[in-house]
Amino acid sequence: MNMDTSYQAVMARKNEIMKSSMGIDYDIYRQGEIAFDYERMMNDCGFSLEDIIRIQAETKVGNTPLFELRNLTEAVRKISAPGKGARIFLKDEAANASGSFKARRASISAYVAAQKGYKGVIAATSGNYGAAVASQAAQRNLKCIIVQEVFDSKGIGQPEIVEKGRKCEAFGAEVIKLSVGPELFYYLLLTLEETGFFNASLYTPFGIKGVESLGNEIALQVRAMTGKDPDAVVVTHAGGGNLTGTARGLIGAGCNAKIVACSVDLSGLHMASDNDFNRKSFTTGHTGFGVPFATWPDRVDVPRNAARSLRYMDDYVLVKQGEVFYITELLAKMEGIERGPAGNTSVTGAVALAREMDQDQIIVVQETEYTGAGKHHNSQLAFARNMGIEVRRGNPEEGVNGKSIVIPENLSQVKGMQQNMEKLRQSYLRNAAKHCPPERWSDTDRHFIAADVKKDLQWLERQIETLS
Amino acid sequence: MNAEVKAGTWVEIEKMILSSDQRAPQVPEDTRKTPYIMRVAGFLTSDAKIGDEVKIKTLIGRELNGTLKVVRPHYEHSFGETVEELLNIGLGGKA
Ligand SMILES: Cc1ncc(COP(=O)(O)O)c(C=O)c1O
Repeated sequence: MNMDTSYQAVMARKNEIMKSSMGIDYDIYRQGEIAFDYERMMNDCGFSLEDIIRIQAETKVGNTPLFELRNLTEAVRKISAPGKGARIFLKDEAANASGSFKARRASISAYVAAQKGYKGVIAATSGNYGAAVASQAAQRNLKCIIVQEVFDSKGIGQPEIVEKGRKCEAFGAEVIKLSVGPELFYYLLLTLEETGFFNASLYTPFGIKGVESLGNEIALQVRAMTGKDPDAVVVTHAGGGNLTGTARGLIGAGCNAKIVACSVDLSGLHMASDNDFNRKSFTTGHTGFGVPFATWPDRVDVPRNAARSLRYMDDYVLVKQGEVFYITELLAKMEGIERGPAGNTSVTGAVALAREMDQDQIIVVQETEYTGAGKHHNSQLAFARNMGIEVRRGNPEEGVNGKSIVIPENLSQVKGMQQNMEKLRQSYLRNAAKHCPPERWSDTDRHFIAADVKKDLQWLERQIETLS
Repeated sequence: MNAEVKAGTWVEIEKMILSSDQRAPQVPEDTRKTPYIMRVAGFLTSDAKIGDEVKIKTLIGRELNGTLKVVRPHYEHSFGETVEELLNIGLGGKA
């Protein structure tokens, strides 16, 4: 069989390849130009929360500890107005097999792949998800291929990405290392077609369902430890699966905590640029993914994305690279734990938010991730310095992405920055309008769109007027 | 000296997947100037020299072709040179 393997030809076979590599027919959920039956799609995968918990327990996933960060809370209170400074809790997701919450996300896909008789699984990711899929595949006796964007045109790879590739290989996966570019998706399709393996995409209902157990655990653990519900849960946000799954789990447990997204501000750097690739000190949990995925989730490797963050997001706080490095160091020195960058992004957001909250309130950082050589703030800063980026102490707001990183001199300089949610929602509407002009949105489309941005129909009608 | 590498050795190959004019239409200018490159590690299937077109067997047993580039590739990422700016953060429990 000699198929045309050019970029255009493979992309044109996308839908067939997707169907046979997952066994999900997305067409049946379609309800309009934009609308689809999201809840039905989530339910059709057929797993209850109890099923998810049982499947995850088989492969060393879930039931991670929740810690109260007492010293950090004390430090925040010292710099806050009287009566302010919420109690900060941390969900230690690094305790999952493979060292991050991504194990939850991979666990159900690997289970399904094995059940359906696939010989192996494939995922395209430069992140923790690769290690998670590899670890789950190893435990389910599946072959595993991870397709990764690793190096720039000079052959140089970010230390964190290099480490994540190493971890995939450690679990016995074949790691395809690629240069910078969106053609990762093309290569994924090509490999799916060649091998007939299961597409363990980050964005299937299986992936997101797997994260619901995390939200559920948070609700139960906070109640057990404090007798109350959390007031806010901060979620490190990139593609939106972490937020979507966690929020759905919290809601399922009857918990109404505010859901706050948090990303590192990387504005000004282009994600597909060979030049910018090694000028960022974060590989995920940043605005380069967080904003585009929130404002148009259906830009992924499956026809409809199960991760729909604006549906669940109440607020979105941005933090600077320098702020996260400061908090990472503080976590080690004050709380006696070393953890990796993505979780610490939310710790930073939580510090900024806790300052404005009352002392009897509770804020939860919903994840940590593992740390080690390459995946460490010292590695990142040393690498940045070698790339010609200035590193100094001072006011973090002075940091210019791609040029300088300014690490705060003290905790009171850790402030974060709230994003305007209304603007994000409007940006979603503009993206929807590009897809199909508003005058052609049916009633079903309108209901879907309003729900997809956590608003009602009246709000949407007003917005449509200003759109056109 | 370009010595013979024995079959079975752990090696890394490189292959051009797309030349710069075959790249996706949406790639930015700077990226478009460069070809799309793949590197994969595996066990060499027959004796060869660096620069030869070879076949490898990956950790999952899949066979792939490419140019032999590295013999016994290894990881050397580290914690990096000490960044002194971090050292006095949080000392004595002070934030
Ligand atoms: C440890 C960790 N936290 C958070 C995220 C962000 O999750 P999401 O992409 O689902 O928003 C990632 C994903 O890259 C991650 O690996």
